[in-house]
Amino acid sequence: MKFSDFVTTDAIKSELEASDKEGVVRELVNSLVASGQLSANDKDSIVEAIMKREELGSTGIGRGIAVPHTKHASVSKPVGTVGVSAPGVDFQSLDGEPVQLFFMLISPPDQPNEHLRALENISKQLQDETFCRFLKQSKTPADIQQILEEADDNQFVS
Amino acid sequence: MSDQFRSTTVTISNQQGLHMRPAYMFAETAGQFESTVELVKDDIRADGKSVLSLMTLGATQGSVITLEVNGSDSETALESLANLISSGFPAAAKPSDSTS
Repeated sequence: MKFSDFVTTDAIKSELEASDKEGVVRELVNSLVASGQLSANDKDSIVEAIMKREELGSTGIGRGIAVPHTKHASVSKPVGTVGVSAPGVDFQSLDGEPVQLFFMLISPPDQPNEHLRALENISKQLQDETFCRFLKQSKTPADIQQILEEADDNQFVS
Repeated sequence: MSDQFRSTTVTISNQQGLHMRPAYMFAETAGQFESTVELVKDDIRADGKSVLSLMTLGATQGSVITLEVNGSDSETALESLANLISSGFPAAAKPSDSTS
């Protein structure tokens, strides 16, 4: 699975305004609502589900990266987006460092394999230092979109 | 004690596959051992002590994984990690798989 299969480019945020964990989650969910990928009626329920998942263990995996995600019946395929916060946000990460780079993913509960394929792609690319550095340095959603396209063309991971 | 290489094959049994929480559980358990831990699925090799690396396996239910451990505590490590996979990560399935 490629980023273009689940990342909503219209919902990419290159300059997240939120400065706390729930704020970032809400901002990215709102952005997916504004882009038409999620229904406004499901917004609170999705934010709640993602925060509930975070309570089981932060998805802040270290190196300034977090992958907040949940399964939610309101989507019929994996829906995701990317957010960058230059100053970083405390996400109770494994290494205690603030997070600059967020990959949000919302998957249908009845498609565990599709969810895994999206996570597999995110993880594969995130292992590449250059990919992460470029994303953290991006200034506009178009920059981020371009880096994701290059990743989809296997320009980072061989 | 000299390093000892041991390996076994295990099948991912839980319906949700090796998603993020099971990957955490596995990496956490693997990290308690001195031995190196590697998982191989088809032609992909992952570091068993890294969540990100484990997630790159994309191991769905039914995936057959070769578990390879090497080190002084390889016997205990192999047994405990193989059990974790074959038992389907029971702790990761709670309270509800819908939030996984």
